[in-house]
Amino acid sequence: MIKVKINGQEQSWDGDPDLPLLWFLRDEAGLTGTKYGCGQALCGACTVIVDKEAVRACITSVNDVAGREVTTIEGLHPNGDHPVQKAWRQVNVPQCGFCQAGQIMQAAALLMDNPKPSHDQIREAMSGNICRCGCYQRIENAVHLASTGV
Amino acid sequence: MNFIDNPRKLRGFEKHIRVEKVSRRSILKGLGVTGGFVLAAPVMSRQALAYETGAGKMPHGVVVDPRVFVSVAPDGIVTIIGHRSEMGTGVRTSLPLIVAEEMEADWSRVKVQQAHGDEVKFGNQDTDGSRSTRHYLIPMRQIGASARTMLEQAAAKRWGVPATEVKAVNHEVVHSASGRKLGFGELAADAAKESVPSIEGLKLKNPKDFRYLGKGQVGIVDLHDITTGKAQYGADVRLSGMKYAVIARPPVTGGKLVKFEPDEALKIPGVEKVMQVRGWPWPSKFQPLGGVAVIARNTGAAIKGRDALKLTWDDGPNGKYDSVAYRKELEEASRKPGLVLRKEGDADAALKGADKVIVGEYYIPHLAHVSMEPPVAVADVKGDKAEIWAPVQSPGGTREDVAKTLGIPEANVTVNVTLLGGGFGRKSKCDFALEAALLSKELGAPVKVQWTREDDIHNGFLHTVSVERIEAGLDKSGKVIAWRHRSVAPSIASTFAAGTVHQAPFEIGMGLVDMPFEIANISCENPEAAAHTRIGWFRSVSNIPRAFAVQSMVGEIAQATGRDQKDMLLELIGSPRIVKPNVKDLWNYGEPQDSYPIDTARLRKVVELVAEKGEWGRKVPKGHGLGIAVHRSFVSYIATIVEVAVDDKGKLTVPRVDTAIDCGTYVNPERIASQIEGAAIMGLSLAKYGEITFKDGKVQQKNFDDFQVVRMDDSPVVTNVYIVPPGPDTPPSGVGEPGVPPFAPALINAIFAATGKRIRSLPIGKQLEA
Repeated sequence: MIKVKINGQEQSWDGDPDLPLLWFLRDEAGLTGTKYGCGQALCGACTVIVDKEAVRACITSVNDVAGREVTTIEGLHPNGDHPVQKAWRQVNVPQCGFCQAGQIMQAAALLMDNPKPSHDQIREAMSGNICRCGCYQRIENAVHLASTGV
Repeated sequence: MNFIDNPRKLRGFEKHIRVEKVSRRSILKGLGVTGGFVLAAPVMSRQALAYETGAGKMPHGVVVDPRVFVSVAPDGIVTIIGHRSEMGTGVRTSLPLIVAEEMEADWSRVKVQQAHGDEVKFGNQDTDGSRSTRHYLIPMRQIGASARTMLEQAAAKRWGVPATEVKAVNHEVVHSASGRKLGFGELAADAAKESVPSIEGLKLKNPKDFRYLGKGQVGIVDLHDITTGKAQYGADVRLSGMKYAVIARPPVTGGKLVKFEPDEALKIPGVEKVMQVRGWPWPSKFQPLGGVAVIARNTGAAIKGRDALKLTWDDGPNGKYDSVAYRKELEEASRKPGLVLRKEGDADAALKGADKVIVGEYYIPHLAHVSMEPPVAVADVKGDKAEIWAPVQSPGGTREDVAKTLGIPEANVTVNVTLLGGGFGRKSKCDFALEAALLSKELGAPVKVQWTREDDIHNGFLHTVSVERIEAGLDKSGKVIAWRHRSVAPSIASTFAAGTVHQAPFEIGMGLVDMPFEIANISCENPEAAAHTRIGWFRSVSNIPRAFAVQSMVGEIAQATGRDQKDMLLELIGSPRIVKPNVKDLWNYGEPQDSYPIDTARLRKVVELVAEKGEWGRKVPKGHGLGIAVHRSFVSYIATIVEVAVDDKGKLTVPRVDTAIDCGTYVNPERIASQIEGAAIMGLSLAKYGEITFKDGKVQQKNFDDFQVVRMDDSPVVTNVYIVPPGPDTPPSGVGEPGVPPFAPALINAIFAATGKRIRSLPIGKQLEA
């Protein structure tokens, strides 16, 4: 039996310990905000925060996060008003929106680590997250806005 | 020739290609028309409108009925139906916003409800071809005006005053003479009893009184849900007792399963069942390819189970498809005469007599859509009833195809439309929903079919591959006197009809025969090309190779004659005029040429606007260069300037993009800007990296590592968008797709300016490193 804390709630899993966290979150725990985009840590759609670090849930097993704290988009802020989320709305970032949870979690992790990232640091840190609609310019603006106060 | 004159969708399409005997129209006859008044084409009377569109000719046309699209609750909440699919363009916001504008509803008290697939009730729902605003601006205004009129009539009756004395203003009806007011909610019950006014008598708002339209102040309705993870995409649907499935499909188009061994898969924890999925022979339209499904308690187990399957395939007739060999075939075909589609003057003679002939042979490979959400669908089939939840661009078409595939009446099929995690044309094909329906029927349980990214790349409906060969003949003064353009590419029609070797009118109408240059001798030709994989619509479709070829050739002519690219472009466009190509049945994106002519004044205007705002001719640092391109597509006009920087090692970056668009009357300039910003990224992705190749019939790429797209660190630093203000009666035109085509040629022209290297084969890949 693996125990893992997700968004502050303890959850347990007695199935395949190698099951990717992504599918545990989506299909077993019902937290569908975290998305599947590639399964190979190439696109960042499944980004969640484990302890204080952004990780790709598609290549992280449930076993890898045993006893650790996982935060998903649903748990980032109780009312959805994390500065990154607010900045996202102010800048009207999303088009289709599918990659945005991963983008937001990556940005939130970046700002925990580096509260005032430069233009280049934002572009570098966000480059693991693909947006096929092409919202990059607005993502960069939103991260910048979140870092300077919304 | 199997020519297809209906874009994007096979509906209304069977009559042109002998795929099936039963037309969708004849299916419809049996259903009858109920509820609301359904208007047959042409829906819009001349009195009510300054222009006509092709909306009425789409399957099921347009429905203009406030009782279908609008409801008002006693608490005043106005619910407006969004009947088109949201894939990122903002349409789920912008069409209801038009209704709210015209009915004087306060947007903060409006809820948008997504329509299920029912084209008899809602009219055409096929969300593609950049058509939503251009086909629905006026119908949505009419719906809003009807609702407003009914609310006003109800208030006038309540007060016993003439309806002409009352006026709806911001969610209430006001009688200014007496100072009385009634909220929409208070009038809801009475208004519902009013008869629906005739369209001819409707009074539409004066655009100067618009609160929302054209302003760009309203965020998309799903903004909060998207940023909090609550937005529901196809993949997010969960039903009680639902099983999770992934499918192993034939690796070669037209291939078949020979045998499968399920034992190892069944040993994987969480795997419950392995079963065969029915496939249809190629060309199979949107029907499933067939294969073997692994059913599990979660997607992760299903994927692991599929990896453990032992499968034997018969690759069939396309087992030798090879991109390198096929390219040679296309190139050779482009060097010989082909079917002549447009002929003005005598291009052959003029080329022979020309002082100079410039030849460009341009290659654009297959592309995959790779929407961030791979295809996915949930189905729950019980007896002769089916319910589907899926991210589909055409819920009406999906409903028809599910009914046909399961052999049940269409009335027994409900198609719920979720948000689409990107579409780009991939999700106009409902094969994934059909797979889910077949599996659910057999399992007797709800099932979700999830495509992996590898499935998406291996088994999609790819963008065509093409060689575009242009020969331009110049006289002694450097004037272009002859233009011969041969386009060789497998057609989308090949996915519907075996033996297709020519492109369909909607493909040749995308930048080949509608080429707008003022040249005396023109020949547009289409040599034969057979398909060896499934070809489908990809955002902007044939406009991508055409704009790349035509606008690169403009750069080449400028280069050969030592002229400025922009001046050369304007010279070729020529005088402001309406172009009437000598073409039998010009497709024109399904629009009447009276309302949507090929207008070179508008084409010139976007070139001039982008040149001015984008500071064409500005001094750029060493290693940088500027390129320009213009293209009319989806009846919009769009010009782009790209600034590139190429370093000593050949590394390409894009410091700045400027784009001007004339899309006629528009609804939401903020979403237009976001579409154009995104189009620059998609254009850069396909130019820099985009290539799907085949060997032994199989796609060689598998995921985002070998089918790369632009990431933030190599995206344009800034993209500026300029929108041409519309004239008072300029009809609306496309926005979702037109931004992509001019990007690649502007980029390529900029690379030439920066480096002196002329790239004629996409993707750029390592070509700059040499």
